[in-house]
Amino acid sequence: MNVSEHVKVEHVSKRFGEVVAIDDLSLQLFPGEVLGLVGPNGAGKTTLFNLVSGILVPDSGSICICGRNVTGLPPYRVARIGVGRMFQELRLIRQISVLENVMLAFPRQPGENLSGVAFRWRSVIRTEKENRRRAEEILNEVGLLHELHAEAEALSYGQQKLLCIACLIASGAGLLLMDEPIAGIAPEMASTILLIIEELSKRGTSTILIDHDLDAVSSVCKRIAFLDAGRKRAEGTPDEIRNNPDVIEAYLE
Amino acid sequence: MNYILHLCVLICIYGILAVSLDLVLGFAGMLSIAQAAFYGIGGYASALMAINLGTPFLVNLAAAMLCAGLVGVVVVIPIRRIKGEYLAIATFSLQVIVYSVFKNWSAVTGGPMGIPGIPRPIVGGIVLNTPLEFLLLALSLLVLVVLTSLVITRSPFGRVLKGLREDELLTVSFGKSAARFKVQIFALSAMFAAIAGCLYAYYITFIDPTTFTVMESIFIVGVVVIGGAGSVWGPLVGAVVLVTLPEVLRFLGLPGHYAGNIRQMLFGVLIVVFMLLRPQGLIGRFGFEGSRERE
Repeated sequence: MNVSEHVKVEHVSKRFGEVVAIDDLSLQLFPGEVLGLVGPNGAGKTTLFNLVSGILVPDSGSICICGRNVTGLPPYRVARIGVGRMFQELRLIRQISVLENVMLAFPRQPGENLSGVAFRWRSVIRTEKENRRRAEEILNEVGLLHELHAEAEALSYGQQKLLCIACLIASGAGLLLMDEPIAGIAPEMASTILLIIEELSKRGTSTILIDHDLDAVSSVCKRIAFLDAGRKRAEGTPDEIRNNPDVIEAYLE
Repeated sequence: MNYILHLCVLICIYGILAVSLDLVLGFAGMLSIAQAAFYGIGGYASALMAINLGTPFLVNLAAAMLCAGLVGVVVVIPIRRIKGEYLAIATFSLQVIVYSVFKNWSAVTGGPMGIPGIPRPIVGGIVLNTPLEFLLLALSLLVLVVLTSLVITRSPFGRVLKGLREDELLTVSFGKSAARFKVQIFALSAMFAAIAGCLYAYYITFIDPTTFTVMESIFIVGVVVIGGAGSVWGPLVGAVVLVTLPEVLRFLGLPGHYAGNIRQMLFGVLIVVFMLLRPQGLIGRFGFEGSRERE
């Protein structure tokens, strides 16, 4: 099997009743690549993320991540393969602190098992200390270290997006599905987030980035796919996409 | 003096019940109306062991916890994906079924007649005869339950529970299996409730099905909600308030045949008032979702 692709979506379709949300869609993502996913509202971008992360099961077709067929796996199993998701509607655990949000995201913690808490508490405490140190590092990296003990809901909208990214970094996911990470935030914050995405890509993280802002997507992606009505209408470099008549039509509407 | 000690023992028993339910209700966000069922399973299991096998208190306590834990696992596995009010209905059904078993399986449970003559507990060779001695036993078990709950809710396990309570989709997207956490905490909660059941059986020396009704389960939910769900101390405060409040009413000189009804009404009014005005309870921090959305 050829496993050079990080993600390989093959002939995937998904319909909700009469509505075809994703129609025979195929897509590849290569390791370390940042792929832009653009298209009008209702094009099926978020549905595609839900399919890849296991929240939805495709009606037909297959999805492989790192050469492993994940079609039909439950979301937590897909996540354990190394898939991180940033939701369009900002999702955080609002009633716990910034630090705890990041600590929650670390994978395979021995203290997440009752038997671990009861019988392997030494290793639990050691891992907690280590994770806490790493959480501080990550928060420092995204510029939230000063908000360590604040409740997540006390953060500004942009800071909450940064916290989501901090959690994704902590989760150690090699594949990030980012659904409009820079929509609706101040330009400086947006460029910070785009910089972090580029930096992660340099370290080998692959990303699929959904956004409406073609300029912003073009600045970080070497390849962009254009979706409309559940189909991939175009794919290419940012310049090719900008000059594509279908894209121009969709964006001028 | 014995009267005060009696109240303290009751506070310990309800404290254990409320803390155990809060693990499921307040921390994992699962609305369970079956706590009295596990309370009863603990009570019956230890009473039957004590009378039929004559085994010592601690053995019966362990057996009671094991029974309730097993029933908890068996019951929660099929309903682990059910949420919110649907879970409440599913656990409500469990409560009704368990109550019916207590009431109708006469050969084992004595049916409506219950099980009389449960011996005094013997711990470490000492027979606990006086209310004070019993209070010490109840208090030490309460402390044990509270400490364990504190450790668990502050551990990474508890962190995941809080995550699941607030946003299951997000928590699952970090690779946590929601079902595994729910099954584990539900079973542990059932085991803790069984401790209360065992204490109750030994304390009253008699058990019958009327102690373990749906009303009792709802009362325990009330203790947690009024005290404050989502913290370990909230349910304890709730237990103190709801055990002593009816006793205070007793001194108001209400005629005996009204007192019970008025107590019920007052309890209902209290829950409604708290849900409307203070959904996070007396000292809790976590309000229920429906009430938070309006803010």
